[in-house]
Amino acid sequence: MSVPHALLALLGEGPKYGLRLQNEFEARTGEVWPLNVGQVYTTLQRLERDGLVETDTVGAERSQKRYRITDAGTRELDAWLRTPPELVPPPRDELVIKVLVALQVPDADVPEILQVHRRHVVEVMQRYTRIKADAAEDDVALALVADAELFRLEAIVRWLDAADVRLKHLPATAPTPEADVPFEPARPMEVSQ
Amino acid sequence: MTSALELRQVSKLYGAGPTEVHALRAVDLSVERGELVAVMGPSGSGKSTLLTIAGTLEDATSGTVLVDGVDVASLSASGRARLRRRSIGYVFQDYNLLPGLTAIENVALPLELDGVRGRAARATGLTALEALDVADHAERYPDELSGGERQRVAIARATVGERGLLLADEPTGALDSVNGESVMRLLRTAAHRGVAGVVVTHEAQLASWADRVVFLRDGHIVDQTVAPPGPESLLVASERT
Repeated sequence: MSVPHALLALLGEGPKYGLRLQNEFEARTGEVWPLNVGQVYTTLQRLERDGLVETDTVGAERSQKRYRITDAGTRELDAWLRTPPELVPPPRDELVIKVLVALQVPDADVPEILQVHRRHVVEVMQRYTRIKADAAEDDVALALVADAELFRLEAIVRWLDAADVRLKHLPATAPTPEADVPFEPARPMEVSQ
Repeated sequence: MTSALELRQVSKLYGAGPTEVHALRAVDLSVERGELVAVMGPSGSGKSTLLTIAGTLEDATSGTVLVDGVDVASLSASGRARLRRRSIGYVFQDYNLLPGLTAIENVALPLELDGVRGRAARATGLTALEALDVADHAERYPDELSGGERQRVAIARATVGERGLLLADEPTGALDSVNGESVMRLLRTAAHRGVAGVVVTHEAQLASWADRVVFLRDGHIVDQTVAPPGPESLLVASERT
């Protein structure tokens, strides 16, 4: 989550004080991302240093400063909105590695291990769904935030389901004797965006 | 307290000899009123069989099925039909609304079959349609309704009157994810009003609307979720990151 760009977007609506920015940030992200006031002011200082926001000269105290977005800030926000996020996953997904290792461990009950992870992921999904269930049906910001997590988590469950099916089709084999060969998990794949 | 639905060591066997298939193996499951349970599993895991046996549409090969504490095996055919009309509501993937009847006629039908007079059945049906926000479509025929509206009518029919058990088989069918979510929200609300709900699905996102998720594999219940902590736990987790 880019806090600086979220603050720029809020300032795009008009000049605001730091405290109001904090409240609006939390409200618009469905209160799923708490943000302390210290973070808000540190970020605003950096944005001011980079010329992306400026402050009204009135009011001597820092907490009373009112911030407004500059033209450079507007251009930066627009460019950021159009820049695709990093989609290439980290080369070694911990869950994938655990399952690959499980395949090598003699007597490991791999379907049961897959189920442990499936249950855990579904339990986390239930918590996100509770957020949606407890909120008003027209709370779009909250639904979008919860949906993003739910689709990501659902993808993990689908991967676990696919792993189950692949393992079912695997011929039963004895563990390989060359146990002294160091285990090499997934080789990082070259994926271009 | 008596569970709305209780399966004790329920097994179901189809065929015999080399073609024998164990659809369910010694399944134990209790569902209380006020609770929505999702049964999740891949195709062929026994989900639909579990639902048809719970709904008394099919007999178990062995084991006991209790609906509101009544052993289904002890009932005559007409006793079972009465139990189905009075206590159990079904929601299917393809809605199963009767095309020649309006929405309100579809919803009132199970009550009328059970001997409730036309006007009273209609009034009760209208209350069910109101609860699902489709009362203004009461006089429309199923083909004049959208997919989401049809499923609302189907849920109204399944919950009309005093039904204590609501069974749904892949109830979001071909609906898009947002409309599917609305259906799950309605089922959850219906359950929390005091009905015991069982939803069969292979989709984790839909299952996550349930209070409890039961995992079925090859006819066995292999696992189930524990009562999740409240959503506030996610805020604590996100603060750490």
